[in-house]
Amino acid sequence: MIRGAVFVVTLAVLPLLGLPHWVLNMLVFVLMFAALASAWNLVGGLTGYPSLGHAAFFGIGAYAFALLLHRQTEITDGWQPFAWLPAIGVGTALIGVPIAAIAMRTRADVFAIVTITLLFVVQTLAFNLHGLTGGAQGLSFPVAPFPADTFERPFYYVLLGLLVLAMLLTFGTLRSKVGLALATVRGDEDKARGLGIPVGGAKVLAFAVSVGLTAMVGAVWAYYQVGIIYPQFAVDPLVTIAMVLMVFLGGRGTLWGPVLGAFVLETGQQYLAYELGASQFYLIAYAMIFLLIMLFLPRGVLPSLAGRLR
Amino acid sequence: MSDLLRVDGLRKSYGGVTAVDDCSLAVAEGTVTALIGPNGSGKTTLFDLITGYRKPDAGRVFFAGQDVTGRGPGRLYRAGLSRTFQQARVFPQLTVVENMVAAAGHRWWRQLATPRVSAADRARTEALLAEFDLTGDADRIAAELSYGRRKLLEFAAVLMSTPRLVLLDEPAAGVNPVLVERMEQHVRSRHAAGVTFLIVEHDLSFVMRLCDPVIVLDAGRPISQGDPSAVRADPRVLDAYLGG
Repeated sequence: MIRGAVFVVTLAVLPLLGLPHWVLNMLVFVLMFAALASAWNLVGGLTGYPSLGHAAFFGIGAYAFALLLHRQTEITDGWQPFAWLPAIGVGTALIGVPIAAIAMRTRADVFAIVTITLLFVVQTLAFNLHGLTGGAQGLSFPVAPFPADTFERPFYYVLLGLLVLAMLLTFGTLRSKVGLALATVRGDEDKARGLGIPVGGAKVLAFAVSVGLTAMVGAVWAYYQVGIIYPQFAVDPLVTIAMVLMVFLGGRGTLWGPVLGAFVLETGQQYLAYELGASQFYLIAYAMIFLLIMLFLPRGVLPSLAGRLR
Repeated sequence: MSDLLRVDGLRKSYGGVTAVDDCSLAVAEGTVTALIGPNGSGKTTLFDLITGYRKPDAGRVFFAGQDVTGRGPGRLYRAGLSRTFQQARVFPQLTVVENMVAAAGHRWWRQLATPRVSAADRARTEALLAEFDLTGDADRIAAELSYGRRKLLEFAAVLMSTPRLVLLDEPAAGVNPVLVERMEQHVRSRHAAGVTFLIVEHDLSFVMRLCDPVIVLDAGRPISQGDPSAVRADPRVLDAYLGG
């Protein structure tokens, strides 16, 4: 609890220290991925279902938000659109329920393939439903009217709020019977069903909450994209990969693992992208990190460290 | 004594292989019934059909007087019918206490928001953990236990739901002789407390010491049953085991 409070207060104070814009911009993305990774962890970590489709829900959130803004000619109060986030989160969670009920009839690698298919279906829709999404031309909307010298701040704080929300949900889950039920699903789902544990309901619930959070982060991301979003970035397989990789690096099923993974990988990625120019070389570094984790820290940094210390 | 479990004309095939074939048998309340038979005679499949893990192609299962054919294993578990597996299936990443609490047969939806292991939950596990000599391991991860102790844990855990009938799938397999003896003691003391058992086991001396009656299965159906000495003397049983 104290650790959590120190963490949140530190992050809350950072933007007030007069850091340069590029650092703040980077921190916005670090927080964004920390929230995304924490959301993915509810399904991929706690429940053990390796979803590769989360970017689809990120995109659904982004487009839902952009479409709501699209109808307006200008925004008078920049904070007002953030009030839509809960509705977008709940709405996407409800969309997630039937999808989970079907997709979660499969497991492990088959589940990964089913969910990545979902990602490409949503991406194809985003490219082709011109009337709704504007297709490859992108979907435009009014720019957030925040002052230029503190433009990052609102996004930073809202994302920090979403990260805290995701972490509180994870914390609450781990400490309650929901967490115990999900852990039995991860450990031996058939045995768990035989013990009368409602495995179906528990995993669908975890998936719904996870994609609801993901969609809210997607909505904030859309707002941060000064006035236009494009389908290849709104529904981006790399977002899915980043979420998975960060959770695997930090430690699946832990509270702090996804956050640690996001801080390390996102800052590292931004640094590599800066050093290696706009080229895509950082993707090779990504792949190498993933291979090294799988080889040397298959359980992730935090569980491995905890294991050493015991 | 009435029949706690009755199986009527049960059949299950996998492709061309009929694992359980027109099988009818009964387990009387208050007995420790053994189910023996050569490898591939359909014992584990029969367990899967009785406990709802698989659905039969034909036939019916009655538990405590009710037709429970086709019911899922979770519902049967809560109704008082629990089982263990050949391979000591526990949740390896959970602690011993968490394994016990997971098997307690909660009304899960009402309890979802309660603590993972509440003080009341922990208190409920204490007597059983002590009985199975697992108190010292209570907060260890199940994966760290030896195979034999995991088997004890699985057995102890299914007792959390205060079952009426427990199906044990090879409780003595793969464990040392001392532990075999302890398994036997645990079955005896639980039996004395009113639990009925149906036990699949290859260790015949274990079966002969502990069980009465003994049912012999061959090619998916019972070929002989009765008290241990009668079954041992039955020529059909020798045929089945030695290949007549």
